[in-house]
Amino acid sequence: MDRIQERDRRFTDTENRLRGLMLQGLDGDAAAYHQFLKALSAHLRAYFRKRLFERPDEVEDLVQDTLLAVHNQRHTYRADQPLTAWVHAVARYKLIDLLRARASGESLNVPLDDKLELFAASDTEAREAKKDLDTLLAGLPDRQRLPIVHVKLEGLSVVEAAQLTGMSESAIKIGVHRGLKALAAKIRGIA
Amino acid sequence: MKTDELVSLLSAGVTPVPANAVGRRFAVALSWGLPATMLLLVFVLGIRPGLAEEAGSLLFWLKPGFAAALALAGLVATERLARPGMRLGRVNAALALPVLLLWLIAALVLANAAPAQRAALILGETWKSCPFNIALLSLPLFASTLWALKGLAPTRLALAGASAGLLSGALGALVYSLHCPESAAPFLAVWYVLGIAIPTLAGALLGPRVLRW
Repeated sequence: MDRIQERDRRFTDTENRLRGLMLQGLDGDAAAYHQFLKALSAHLRAYFRKRLFERPDEVEDLVQDTLLAVHNQRHTYRADQPLTAWVHAVARYKLIDLLRARASGESLNVPLDDKLELFAASDTEAREAKKDLDTLLAGLPDRQRLPIVHVKLEGLSVVEAAQLTGMSESAIKIGVHRGLKALAAKIRGIA
Repeated sequence: MKTDELVSLLSAGVTPVPANAVGRRFAVALSWGLPATMLLLVFVLGIRPGLAEEAGSLLFWLKPGFAAALALAGLVATERLARPGMRLGRVNAALALPVLLLWLIAALVLANAAPAQRAALILGETWKSCPFNIALLSLPLFASTLWALKGLAPTRLALAGASAGLLSGALGALVYSLHCPESAAPFLAVWYVLGIAIPTLAGALLGPRVLRW
């Protein structure tokens, strides 16, 4: 009984903290958003590790795939919705997608529905992902790769990146947006 | 790439997300789907003459009222299904109510009609073309609502596809009521419902194929 209460309390704390960070991130606060994604990746890792115990080497790939999905679909989160319900649905969708791609009967044995658990456990110890995002990034066309490299990796502003590449500012923004979607699709295609 | 690096990449220079991005996307989708359906109606089927005179009778409003109520429920349902972790809840009842109400009215009309008239009340004069015309008119809306869902994150793909199909079918039926000469409830209860069911079923089948993300 005490353990359940303890778990519920920890869950509520995490929900409130992560939801606050996520909402700040949606407003464009990069530092809060960074904190949110970092904490979330630890929760996702624990969640997936438990469910993919027979394939530990695929956990980190799925964490990255889900982080990209959370980022690319963040506009579908509604502020009055519990964040855990939204994140859990995304994580579950990505997990089922992976299991279905493997087309094994194993999916039947994987417990999917314990929503509370996602925020109750956390695992900060990352293994190397099998799929190398750098290689995937190199495979993107220049109009998507250059904006991501300059804005996202080198930390230039959109204006600076536009001057450097000769692309327009809106082309830079679109390039980042479409490039991250393309990355997510590439991860899935290879998985 | 390590996960920490990915986290840094995603959060660097992150841009604010506009409020209600989901609603905006549906607004954009309907703003080209609906005019395209109207054009189909005007140039392929034509608007029925004498529409304005009939608009005075209460019976006239049964048809557009049914279609509009179903379309509204379909829009709410599709918007919810486009977001991970949202439940339909009471929207299920809002989806069922217009159909059940129409069936109830149709049953009352049939029960009060002379037995010889019942077949005519159900079949009307256009039963052969009605469902297919509704399905035809829903095509642009079907494409536009699926396009809207493509940019969002449905997690139950068959259900989301069916919901988008229902929305486009109900709006198609609403537009078709500008052409359709029928107004008997039993006719609507069978053929309009069937016409809306065609894109709904198509959406359920297509959803898992085209909506993955």
